[in-house]
Amino acid sequence: MKMRNGLDATRREAMALAATGMGGLMLGAPLEASAMKDGKAKAVIQIWMWGGPSHLDTFDPKPDAGADYCGPYTAPIETNVSGIRICQALPELAKHADKYAIIRSMTHGINAHETASYVTQTGRPVGGDTFPCAGAVVSRFKGVDAGYKGLLPPYIVLTKPQGRFSESGFMGLRYKPFATGGRPSQTPFTVEGIIQKGITQARQESRRDLLAALDTFGRRTADNPQIRHMNLCTDQAYELILGDAGKVFDIKDEDPKLRERYGRSDFGASCLIARRLVEQGVKYITINYNYSPNWDSHKKHFEVMRTRLPEFDRGMATLLDDLHQRGLLDSTIVWAGGEFGRGPKIQWEAPWNGGRSHYGKCFSHVVAGGGFQGGQVVGASDETGSEVTDRPVYPWDLIGSIYEQLGIDPNAKLPHPQGIDVRVCATEADGITIGGRLREIMS
Amino acid sequence: MTKGRGLLAAVAVLLTAGSMTSGAVPRLACARIDRLVQDKLVELDIPQSEICTDEVFLRRVYLDMIGTLPTVKEAEQFLASNAQSKREALIEELFERPEFADYRAMKWCDLLRVKAEFPSKLWPNAVQAYYRFVRTALWKNMPYDEFARLMLTSSGSNFRAAPVNFYRAMPQREPEPIAGIVALTFMGMRTDAWEEEKLKGMAAFFGKIGYKGTAEWKEEIVFHDPSKTYCYTGTAKPVPCVLPNGTAVEVGDYEDPRVAFADWLVGSRVFADNMVNRIWYWLLGRGIIHEPDDIRAGNPPQNPELLAFLSQELVSSGYDLRHIYRIILNSKTYQRSSIHTAGNLNDEENFSHYSIRRLDAEVLIDAICQITKTTESYSSDIPEPFTFIPENERSVRISDGSITSPFLDLYGRPSRDTGYVSERNNTPSAAQKLHLLNSSHIQNKILNNKGLLGMEYKRVKGKKKPQVQWKKPEEAIETMYLTILSRYPTAKETNTAIAYIRESGLNRYDASVDLVWGLLNSKEFIFKH
Repeated sequence: MKMRNGLDATRREAMALAATGMGGLMLGAPLEASAMKDGKAKAVIQIWMWGGPSHLDTFDPKPDAGADYCGPYTAPIETNVSGIRICQALPELAKHADKYAIIRSMTHGINAHETASYVTQTGRPVGGDTFPCAGAVVSRFKGVDAGYKGLLPPYIVLTKPQGRFSESGFMGLRYKPFATGGRPSQTPFTVEGIIQKGITQARQESRRDLLAALDTFGRRTADNPQIRHMNLCTDQAYELILGDAGKVFDIKDEDPKLRERYGRSDFGASCLIARRLVEQGVKYITINYNYSPNWDSHKKHFEVMRTRLPEFDRGMATLLDDLHQRGLLDSTIVWAGGEFGRGPKIQWEAPWNGGRSHYGKCFSHVVAGGGFQGGQVVGASDETGSEVTDRPVYPWDLIGSIYEQLGIDPNAKLPHPQGIDVRVCATEADGITIGGRLREIMS
Repeated sequence: MTKGRGLLAAVAVLLTAGSMTSGAVPRLACARIDRLVQDKLVELDIPQSEICTDEVFLRRVYLDMIGTLPTVKEAEQFLASNAQSKREALIEELFERPEFADYRAMKWCDLLRVKAEFPSKLWPNAVQAYYRFVRTALWKNMPYDEFARLMLTSSGSNFRAAPVNFYRAMPQREPEPIAGIVALTFMGMRTDAWEEEKLKGMAAFFGKIGYKGTAEWKEEIVFHDPSKTYCYTGTAKPVPCVLPNGTAVEVGDYEDPRVAFADWLVGSRVFADNMVNRIWYWLLGRGIIHEPDDIRAGNPPQNPELLAFLSQELVSSGYDLRHIYRIILNSKTYQRSSIHTAGNLNDEENFSHYSIRRLDAEVLIDAICQITKTTESYSSDIPEPFTFIPENERSVRISDGSITSPFLDLYGRPSRDTGYVSERNNTPSAAQKLHLLNSSHIQNKILNNKGLLGMEYKRVKGKKKPQVQWKKPEEAIETMYLTILSRYPTAKETNTAIAYIRESGLNRYDASVDLVWGLLNSKEFIFKH
């Protein structure tokens, strides 16, 4: 008897679907019980600084390296944790250094966007299969397959998909993020599919009736599994369109003072919305921080930093503080960083005119909350920020630590379309050097 | 066999051979397909569905052959024709459409993993060269054995000898992973379940492939490098060349072993099986061996006689791919209704009825753009050089798998990482439905085509500007149906639509927008049926 993918499977799917909000439809392999553990952390907000932010001009300042290295940022500021100094352009983050840990010894040695993005987001070396990035893995182990019942998708990206490789890799569509599109800072924030300008609730309802009235073909094929499946999708979509779930994206009723603190930028609004999504139980939110001009500042780097840094500073600092005030920081990991850092030595010559290149040998990431201790610095770089001098941290060390805080078993199997046995975390058998989990800051 | 013939020579032969328009429908072959399918159904006691109506056939064959909806005019003409053989004639017409090659090239480029940057790194210029080669070969109907041989045995620059990109569009350039990709592409087989010795024997044929850069940016030469030896791990012992069927092959020191492999491959049964099975899968939604890239002893064909017949047709036609399309498309099997009968609802593998499938991501967005007279913007500033796709280009024609859009991602366009058919996901999801029901992306498109909404601009005496006039509701509704569903509305459907215009409380404009929105969201539109 061959495995049939007919009616029975569809019934199972329908039951699963009916129970799970926006899970999508592809059958996920059932989760093993061992993978259903709770961790300290319940959710992750990832600030993905696409293009690679400069570590020297953010969390690893080198004031003594000379003008060719630090440019105009010669006077780092003290933070509220004695002994930790960060770039002078980040005064708000300086007030909350007790909430986050700075990893100054991130390294993978890759200077190409696509492979560096892949390694940094998946915690996997390049080669063989295309693995899912952290968000998709969390979606697998904390999302619908693990009994997540929210109406909102468990994995959301504000606003554009990350691109460069498919977020869910070989695990496929089921674990991809829901990308909102739209502009979070605007009223309304038109989340594609959920919030539309100019169509009233009454018209949504009359449209829905019209759709049913016009469905000649659907009536003739009502028993077909594909058609039944589509009906379920439509019902689910309408729960979101006509229900209250979409209100989470509407920040107009938030305290204006708080909105001001977050900043009226798209990034600031994204941080605020990310907090609201966490409150709604969403498991993984990526803020794809990729606005023009982005962190990939080959040319006129310091001009770009003049707009980006203050915006980043307000948004992230307020997010940490807001989560903390609401008692959510202990259960929410906030992770910020890009695919690499930027060249410590400034390229003053044309065509760069004060630019910084890609730099994967040594860079910084920041991690906060969800069981990671604040007020800490992990690792160190040399006097120019060119080499890691202490405690190298590879992307798999950081991502593995994040999984651990979420209670995801590093040895659990990932669903694979060809049934190949692959596990959550890479090991030395994959030909990588392991720096080790971030025990020094994990509680 | 035309060993080692160049592309130009191959094309020249083609053009003189006149296989571009072969025209006559091989009715015997079509009848044979139907007989073989029916025999199996009788054996299993599964009834067949009726032959589909003209309007269903029209839309289906357009979508399956050229990934494009018929225009209103094309639909009107076909539906009005009384010619006996109008279906055959339409199939021949569609073979000659550039979109036929576009759509086939898209499917081939999925299989060949054509993309600029991850995990394979072709880079933009080579993507263009490779795509052009693939599309041209399909457009000229190059014999399939020749097409495969060119990819397997070419040497030269990735920009100028485009087929060499076959060896570059791979995440890993070691003999074993190369053999794995060759097996998947041309044999429909997955080598991860093979015994190590078998894989190594095949890998040995790909043990002397060299890659070198040039002074030109991102140019790479792929060549036969006699100085390379593929050895057993940790030894200096060369691995002998052994074909997947177990036959050892002696390859001289200076011979290119790829040629020996290609010689065997194109004459093998699995080579023909794989190709006809993939075409069957593309047209009918399920392989005779399923999944189509899982050919192995433990996964036998559901209808071995049918597979054998199609394979034999491919070989005897001189590897003419269009011949295979022609005999399948003209068969009753392909032309059955998707409306199931009481006894065949659960039949998925015996082709008792046409299987309902969601449109491919690219086809769907192209159809929506055609209906609404809008375009999509695609560009990529990664990797360099930047790529900008012209506004009026159809999504089916995007050559680079790295260039995508939120819509295409949402609708399951394959990432072109592996070449497996399972990468393309056409399963509907709630998120997709949300987008179609309620996104500004789709809404703005609907608002764009005023003619479709029923508005006409007419010059009126004494007025400078043309004035808006509304078409009669019946006329407007008929145009909507022909444009979106490629058929005339029934009287009942027309009444439903008119009632909405008159009774919904909306003005004519908003009501018309909702009608177009409703048809775009209908299952009849989203599915091939």
